[in-house]
Amino acid sequence: MKKSKSIFSNLYIILVFAIMYAPILISMVFSFNSARSLAKFEGFSLKWYQELLADRDIISAVTVSLTIAVIATAVATVLGTITAIGLSKNRKIVKEWLLTINNVPIMNPDIVTAIGLMILFSSMKIERGYFTMLLAHIAFCTPYVITSVYPKVKNLDPNLANAAMDLGATPFTALTKVIVPLIKPGIVAGILLSFTMSIDDFVISYFVSGSGVKNISYYIYTSRTRQTPKINALSTVVIVVIVAIILLINVVPLIKNRKKKEN
Amino acid sequence: MNKKLVELKNLTKTFDDLQVLKGIDLTIYENEFLTLLGPSGCGKTTTLRIIAGFEEQDGGEVWFDGVEISKLPPYKRELNTVFQKYALFPHLDVFDNIAFGLNIKKLDKSVIKQKVEKILKLVGLEGFGSRDVTSLSGGQQQRVAIARALVNEPKMLLLDEPLGALDAKLRKEMQIELKKIQKEVGITFIYVTHDQEEALSMSDTVVVMNQGVIQQIGTPIDIYNEPENRFVATFIGESNIIEGNMIRDCLVSFDGMEFDCVDKGFKDNESVEVVLRPEDLDIVEPEKAKIKGVVKSVVFKGVHYEIIVENEHREYLIDTTDYFPVGRNVGITFETEDVHVMYKMEY
Repeated sequence: MKKSKSIFSNLYIILVFAIMYAPILISMVFSFNSARSLAKFEGFSLKWYQELLADRDIISAVTVSLTIAVIATAVATVLGTITAIGLSKNRKIVKEWLLTINNVPIMNPDIVTAIGLMILFSSMKIERGYFTMLLAHIAFCTPYVITSVYPKVKNLDPNLANAAMDLGATPFTALTKVIVPLIKPGIVAGILLSFTMSIDDFVISYFVSGSGVKNISYYIYTSRTRQTPKINALSTVVIVVIVAIILLINVVPLIKNRKKKEN
Repeated sequence: MNKKLVELKNLTKTFDDLQVLKGIDLTIYENEFLTLLGPSGCGKTTTLRIIAGFEEQDGGEVWFDGVEISKLPPYKRELNTVFQKYALFPHLDVFDNIAFGLNIKKLDKSVIKQKVEKILKLVGLEGFGSRDVTSLSGGQQQRVAIARALVNEPKMLLLDEPLGALDAKLRKEMQIELKKIQKEVGITFIYVTHDQEEALSMSDTVVVMNQGVIQQIGTPIDIYNEPENRFVATFIGESNIIEGNMIRDCLVSFDGMEFDCVDKGFKDNESVEVVLRPEDLDIVEPEKAKIKGVVKSVVFKGVHYEIIVENEHREYLIDTTDYFPVGRNVGITFETEDVHVMYKMEY
């Protein structure tokens, strides 16, 4: 009885993972298809990867996605971290209200944020393009940083910054030498969330961009009518990069810990 | 008398409509161990934080070493603080915690090492340099916090209820240790506590505060033996406080009788309050006594009995090593100098 139950539960897990990963695996497999077909595998080839590298539109879309993600994450992390620290010094009622307001953009459907930003930019007569896309990404990433950093700041002894200043540190040194190292886990979580949200975003980018500036998701959406396995090749590259990053993030601390123990 | 180090002039501070300091005037001298003593909310910690620079007063002046420092940020003040709950940096080990201030001054690595080792020795933590501060016991963390402050060779050390988180036995040890350290480094300590026994046993000067007002400044012996008002008398130990009348210098009346005392300087016939410390009172046969009454209750306290004697005026609390059974008619006696006359508090 017990054994059949465990077989069932194992099967169940395998099924769940299969459903989750099957689309990704199929897309990866077909990126190596020698034929144009997205349904029938006719032989191994790297020709879609060659075409991928030769396609200026795709390269520019990747560049846009990556630079926007990096810049937006950097700006949002600094903004969000400073806001979270400032927030912790406020009175309770101010804190509670601001945190609630901060949750609105996170809960809001993307399409609402997207149209709101689009109307905002056109009413301010800002021409839509790379810059507006960057501003939009900073705007929707910052709340995630605040949400992940604030609990860490809240748990700090409020006297830590005072202690640092008491020992001769300027407020800036107290921030970099004491506060930031202690809330680092929150900041790292904020960075990861922001980067993922930014790379992942389609709806908002689609509405706030213009004059031919496209990120990866925007590019794939607009080229869907002439889909080729090139897209599969692009997806595969993205997946490989993401897996590599995840592995790095999980493995590096392990190695660090081991080194520390050896010392 | 030593040189003046700190002068507070008419400090006031209000938090959210609550006035926590109502005009504090205080002079603190070099090498003095001064304690700010009072119940929570009396303004003692706020006073300390204003001296350290973490709060700004609404009114009044703070003079330090001949300079008005109200506008000086904390990192430019030549004093250091030992915080409540220590505020050690959990991401740094013991050595780096203590070296924090020295690293900011960009001292030579070898000088830093030498200074840190010396101070570790002073606080009795030799060889603890590479320990994680979070792995230390409360008492050890306490020592690290003291070392981290003292290693910067400040002119003054501020201590905000530093022993509050320790158990009773450790507190006693640290009290002795702190006093020893203060004598060794020879700087001014300003110590904030709500524990009267701690204040009396360590300080050169005790400042009793209540509701943002200084009630009395004096040596521990003065504060204990000659409390200026009812608040000080009840806060510093248990007392019998009796309303009375100062007939003239050295003669006071209470409970329908007149008693000799040593207090002078009151107006004739001024309403006063009289303190009789329980340990100054003695129980004797009724005919030899100044006050007569009946034993109402007896509690054994280890070193002494706590006996309550009742008569038509009031109950008297008496600490005595002699046993008297409940219901016995007894008398209470005391020496002339045990009658402490205070100004009557206004309510």
